[in-house]
Amino acid sequence: MPEKSVQSVEEVTIRFAGDSGDGMQLTGSQFANATAILGNDLSTLPDYPAEIRAPAGTLSGVSGFQVHFGSREINTPGDLCDVLVAMNAAALKVNLPNLVDGGTIVANTDGFSEKNLKLAGYDTNPLEDGSLSKFRIHAVDITKLTAFALEDLNLSPKIIDRSKNFFALGLMFWMYNRPMEPSVDWIEKKFSGKDEIREANLRVLRAGWNYGETTELFTVRYEVAPAKLKPGKYRNITGNEATALGLLTAARRARLDLFLGSYPITPASEILHELSSYKAHGVKTFQAEDEIAGIASAVGASFAGALATTTTSGPGLSLKTEAMGLAVMLELPLVIVDVQRAGPSTGLPTKTEQADLLQSFFGRNGEAPLPILAAATPSDCFDIAFEASRIALKYMTPVVMLSDGYLGQGSEPWLIPDFKALPDIAPRFRTESEGFFPYLRDEKTLARPWAIPGTPGLEHRIGGLEKQHIKGMVSHDPNNHDMMVRLRAEKIDRIVNDIPLAEIEGTPDADLVVLGWGSTYGAIRSAVTRHLERGSKVAHLHLRYLNPMPANVGDLLKKYKSILVPEINLGQLSKIIRMKFLLPTIEFNRVRGLPIRAIEIENKITEILKG
Amino acid sequence: MSTLVEELINTYSKLETPAYTAKDFSSGSEVRWCPGCGDYSILAQTQRIMPDLGIPRHNIVFVSGIGCSSRFPYYVQTYGIHGIHGRATAIASGVKIARPDLSVWVATGDGDGLSIGGNHLIHLLRRNLDINVLVFNNQIYGLTKGQYSPTSLKGQITKSTPYGSIDYPFHPVVLALGSSATFVARSMDRDPKHIQVVLKRAHEHKGTSFVEIYQNCNVFNDGAFFLFTEKETKDDNVVFIEHGKPLVFGKDRDKGIRLNGFQPEVVSLKDGKYSVNDLLVHNEQDTTLSFILADMTYKPNLPRPFGIFLAIDRPTYEDEMVRQIEAAVTSEGLGDLGELLNSGDTWTIK
Ligand code: SF4
Repeated sequence: MPEKSVQSVEEVTIRFAGDSGDGMQLTGSQFANATAILGNDLSTLPDYPAEIRAPAGTLSGVSGFQVHFGSREINTPGDLCDVLVAMNAAALKVNLPNLVDGGTIVANTDGFSEKNLKLAGYDTNPLEDGSLSKFRIHAVDITKLTAFALEDLNLSPKIIDRSKNFFALGLMFWMYNRPMEPSVDWIEKKFSGKDEIREANLRVLRAGWNYGETTELFTVRYEVAPAKLKPGKYRNITGNEATALGLLTAARRARLDLFLGSYPITPASEILHELSSYKAHGVKTFQAEDEIAGIASAVGASFAGALATTTTSGPGLSLKTEAMGLAVMLELPLVIVDVQRAGPSTGLPTKTEQADLLQSFFGRNGEAPLPILAAATPSDCFDIAFEASRIALKYMTPVVMLSDGYLGQGSEPWLIPDFKALPDIAPRFRTESEGFFPYLRDEKTLARPWAIPGTPGLEHRIGGLEKQHIKGMVSHDPNNHDMMVRLRAEKIDRIVNDIPLAEIEGTPDADLVVLGWGSTYGAIRSAVTRHLERGSKVAHLHLRYLNPMPANVGDLLKKYKSILVPEINLGQLSKIIRMKFLLPTIEFNRVRGLPIRAIEIENKITEILKG
Repeated sequence: MSTLVEELINTYSKLETPAYTAKDFSSGSEVRWCPGCGDYSILAQTQRIMPDLGIPRHNIVFVSGIGCSSRFPYYVQTYGIHGIHGRATAIASGVKIARPDLSVWVATGDGDGLSIGGNHLIHLLRRNLDINVLVFNNQIYGLTKGQYSPTSLKGQITKSTPYGSIDYPFHPVVLALGSSATFVARSMDRDPKHIQVVLKRAHEHKGTSFVEIYQNCNVFNDGAFFLFTEKETKDDNVVFIEHGKPLVFGKDRDKGIRLNGFQPEVVSLKDGKYSVNDLLVHNEQDTTLSFILADMTYKPNLPRPFGIFLAIDRPTYEDEMVRQIEAAVTSEGLGDLGELLNSGDTWTIK
């Protein structure tokens, strides 16, 4: 057996790329799971085409999955990758710009046939023409090696072809010294009853590992030590899974049934899938005929006493607009989850963006304020979903929770919380008929009472027409309308007293603060951390509450000479900051359907600090 | 652990249903329809039958959208939501799924229910939630002051069709049947007794009940249905269909409907050629027949059928959902949240 040296590295980014039929999402997530179990910190990002099956071998059909892991704190899926696993020529072509100079390419030579090269737009084979000289290339005929491994099994070419991704996975497991057991268990379970496929995948997985071990092609293995994570029990979780669990946990802590009215839409559908599988938890999911019925049914369920929620993405949020206004008017609790994607219109359905912030703030007719919260990381979706539910129930209001494609589909380790230690958020249904009026508000919160059907003596009618203050009857009185508009706004404003103050990370005497919201958290944190390590004076403020904002945001921001606001839009938070605090901001906008890279923010900070 | 709603239901389910009168179902709000509007009668008949349902007021919910008919919930002393245009059926679906214990009613119109809300309506019908949908059909937009609606007749002159409508109208009963509705009926504002019978049957039916009610808008489309509702013409232009009974009509009950192949035709019972025994006998459970009867609506020379076209049993959506949840609990055990949070590949950092 050839001698192999072992190198220790702090962090690595691997990108698995192939045809959308090559199973790259699966390969990547299997690698991520094994990595998580090893105790590395990590962050993942799937990057797949909108077409389910784009023509094989084409550039538009390339599907990728990036895993960034390390022994240090990992905040992003990685700007550029160190290793690119390319199952065909198109995958190489699409992803080469994301590979660091000196990076490693593991290429499946079978995917570089004349036809593949032509489809990818290569005149000559890049693996052979010297154009990749600044990278380390491992050309492996994965297809052929897979077929060898399965030679005696008499399998159809289709099954053989379908299992080649496990060869790549096995090889990467070997290269980065990851345990294979989780994937072995997964294959056993997933293909139980389909003996042929199970056996094929297991064999090929091991063949990949053994190939690394025995061939002289690979001389180095890498070791990535466990990260220093907070003690406790962890699992790897995507933002969409975390959102589903957060909503369910909120319902449990509120002692209410969870109702989801939703319509399938990328990239939010996984929340619907997850919640639909929680039948034994009593969750009621209603796949409605459209986005409007999704939210309208949730409004009905809320009236009837459920913790009601609707989940969607940008275009769906547009369709829900009118019903959101109704929920504002009815003053019923409702959680609206928007997993933002690149717009406008259909935009780039599978790509991420942060461009629904202003729509959430202002996208309704009339004065229709509502609370807006945004998750900062995939696992933060759990906390934000819980918090959105708490606010909705306590203040009798619809709440928008903003996530995005990257958070929803990206994953990271999650310190599993003890749900029993979370706050009791059970609402108090009104039951006394004495002195009951549908719009008699709580003095402190200004919330109106929640009187649900089934309660004797509290029969009442509410609707989208303006209400008389207190009594709740239809009222066309001009002064009453003016008062009600102000009361509804005041109710949302008062939530400020019920949310934590914003906290700055970084040096207190900095000149520059980087202000962010949502999924840019990781990139900003990485960029700021690197600057702090170099002694730069820079701070980071990240908003999870967008409306209302924590009480101290204005004062905090005023302390800094410059405010840099990186966003995946054309400056939506910047506009709000200027409007609210009359403070100038430096916008840093990238709207490429991808997360902003830490290096871009890092460079921008350098530029500003230079003056 | 029981939920707050379960506790609330348990607490009040022990109460006896009071002996109500129609007046107990009046909310006391001033009714704001135009004087002479057909809506008054529908409201009155609804309030009249409510005491007979044996359900406490607090377990009834009326939901509506936007339009003249959609003011309905404000006038009934039950729980109610006046929603947004077209979405009443979707809102009501949420109420019913969340709370199968409630009696849920939708008041809608030909604009609200069949135009902007058409999509939600057909999906409600196929899902068969136990909701009673009353479609006040006046073949016009009343609240917006007189534009044509999806049931306005071709050629109808309205504010938005000064040269006559070129839209072919919807046929609500056929639409409902085509959407796999399990209960489909037609009644008219000027026949209080008939509405009462139909509404009670709609309530008794387990599943979505679709009731089209011809309603006169005396301001913008006066007399649209006079042929069927006025004494002078009604008897010869209306046939009341009743389960198990032959289709007889006419002032002297001397005419009937006979099936000639699949085609209904009017025959005389006077000239000795046909007797009652030759007539078509209505069967509410016959889906094929329901289409034949519904199809009589716009056929010239045929009386218009009123009554219950179809009443068949099919499991309701909400029952299926409860059944699925119970089955999951039986096979997987009651969901344990702690276990769920800790599921998947986990690892411990010391
Ligand atoms: S406009 Fe027509 S339908 Fe509306 S209330 Fe007046 S009469 Fe009735």
